[in-house]
Amino acid sequence: MNGTSGLTIETRSLSKRFGHQLAVDSVDLAVPHGSVFGFLGPNGSGKTTTIRMMLGLAAASAGTVSVLGLEMPRRLHEVLPRVGALVEGPAFYPFLSGAANLHRLDAASRHAPPATRKARVGEALERVGLAHAAGKRVHAYSLGMKQRLGIANALLSPRELLVLDEPTNGLDPQGTREVRSLVRSLAADGATVFVSSHLLAEVEQICTHAAIMSAGRLVAQGPLAELRQSGEAQIRLITPDARRAFGVLLRLGMAPVAGTPEPDGEVVTAVAAGSSAGAGPGGDPAAQDMVAPEDIVARLVGAGVRVRGFSVERESLEDRFVALTGEGFDVAQ
Amino acid sequence: MHSSLPARVPGALSSSAAAPETVSSLSLLASELKVLFQRRRTWAMLLALAAIPVLIAVAVRLSSSVPAGRGPAFLDRITQNGLFVAVTAMLVSVPLFLPLTIGVVAGDTIAGEASLGTLRYLLVAPAGRVRLLLVKYAGALVFCVAAPVTVALAGAAIGGLFFPIGPVTLLSGDVVQPPEAALRLVLIAAYLSLSLAGLSAIGLFLSTLTVVPVGAMAATVVASVVSQVLDQLPQLEWLHPWLFSHYWFGFADVLRQPVLWDSFASNAILQAGYVAVFGALAYGRFVTKDVLS
Repeated sequence: MNGTSGLTIETRSLSKRFGHQLAVDSVDLAVPHGSVFGFLGPNGSGKTTTIRMMLGLAAASAGTVSVLGLEMPRRLHEVLPRVGALVEGPAFYPFLSGAANLHRLDAASRHAPPATRKARVGEALERVGLAHAAGKRVHAYSLGMKQRLGIANALLSPRELLVLDEPTNGLDPQGTREVRSLVRSLAADGATVFVSSHLLAEVEQICTHAAIMSAGRLVAQGPLAELRQSGEAQIRLITPDARRAFGVLLRLGMAPVAGTPEPDGEVVTAVAAGSSAGAGPGGDPAAQDMVAPEDIVARLVGAGVRVRGFSVERESLEDRFVALTGEGFDVAQ
Repeated sequence: MHSSLPARVPGALSSSAAAPETVSSLSLLASELKVLFQRRRTWAMLLALAAIPVLIAVAVRLSSSVPAGRGPAFLDRITQNGLFVAVTAMLVSVPLFLPLTIGVVAGDTIAGEASLGTLRYLLVAPAGRVRLLLVKYAGALVFCVAAPVTVALAGAAIGGLFFPIGPVTLLSGDVVQPPEAALRLVLIAAYLSLSLAGLSAIGLFLSTLTVVPVGAMAATVVASVVSQVLDQLPQLEWLHPWLFSHYWFGFADVLRQPVLWDSFASNAILQAGYVAVFGALAYGRFVTKDVLS
């Protein structure tokens, strides 16, 4: 069903050029079948443009996209009926009711059976909690309600792939939680869910895999656990015997740094030895050639260092995200 | 949110559930017409068109007499026969009012969807670009029929209310009874619908060029004005037969006995040419267009 690769979405050297600007630059995405795939990146990093090319809305300047094992946009008519999508925010006819809008978009598909249209629209509205507002004009909907209606549109037919671009935009915390549980239930039904977001926490909570875009380039991708681990591990030691600890750590091949002193003693931090800093996509978990934390402590104690506090801290996904995409609110150029 | 979606049936969509092509396209056309005719704007335009014969009828009724040979053609006949309200109203709406409303509808076809953002959802549905373009044009054509028919119906109704209805003297001097005269009204409306087909195709093409519907609407109306102005310039006589507005006033031939079909036929060929050319341009533009709105 999804080709031999087991990938629901696969792009190869996908690029999109607008005039002089390269909006998407040689992106090789690999979205495994059945995954909940988080597509991360700051605003303007090329996420939506990539999605537009995946869905056949825009033509690639170079490279290929295959979705559900079929080449896009050549096999668009076979692919898109099996894909539900929310692209760059919801869009509706303001003068039509929520239900009428869904009827309209469902009628646009030549694959959606008209006989079951009414029932499917009702179910989709029910599923996103909009049944009570079905007859209201979209003009009177709040942003959150429009967002829900957009998700309902993606759910009008059973789908093998859902592409949700910023699905929690404009939703209140309750709505955000509902979207998360909805995504989980869709994944439990066997669908692959591709969620783009600039909100890291959102992705961390629901995704099995993630990719990070920055300035049009794919800077990391893989299972979430791997992405987390590929960050550097750091040890943090609190001791009154800082100088002696420095010696021990240097002998272990680490580069200790003095931190801000605490009441219990001085703080020494060091990057754990052997951790492969900045492992690229699919990089091995770094932990394997690092000296075990208990051994470090044993050595320290053996050398007479009074250990008052010791911890191994992994770089959070957020640190990694910031390291890869840059800090602050600057929109990528 | 509740998890009550029907159980997924793998492959059900890709194999049997696809509706036959024509049925699904008719379903999309029905949806298109529903959207078009549920807009207040559409009804406002039809009401404005219907107001033209009403204004004419009221003006003629309130004034004592219309001097023959002044004002729009047929105006002086209205007091003798109410059906001429419809003829006069159609005549005066040809140069501006009808092209204006067609410009709004045809210019909105693709650009309107693009500006709402619904274009991307229609295409992802997937509507199919060619199919969507054809349905959009068909919707515009339905409006091309609705607009002159509205003028004719409102004209006949208000004319019948204010003035006597009786046998009609045609341009050829023959006299026909009211049922036959009503048929002639229908023929005039059909002639105008046909006349607007080319302009609709131009509007459709312009609409694929922009995401600002007002721009496409204005450009379409400007095109109709320019065509009519060029048609007035004797220096450009060689160009006149090629202008899409050239036969717009040719419907007088329908008011002869027997009906002269020459201008009807010439008009049909000319309009078909415009539909072919601008349809092809719209197709060429739209199938390769990056939908970024």
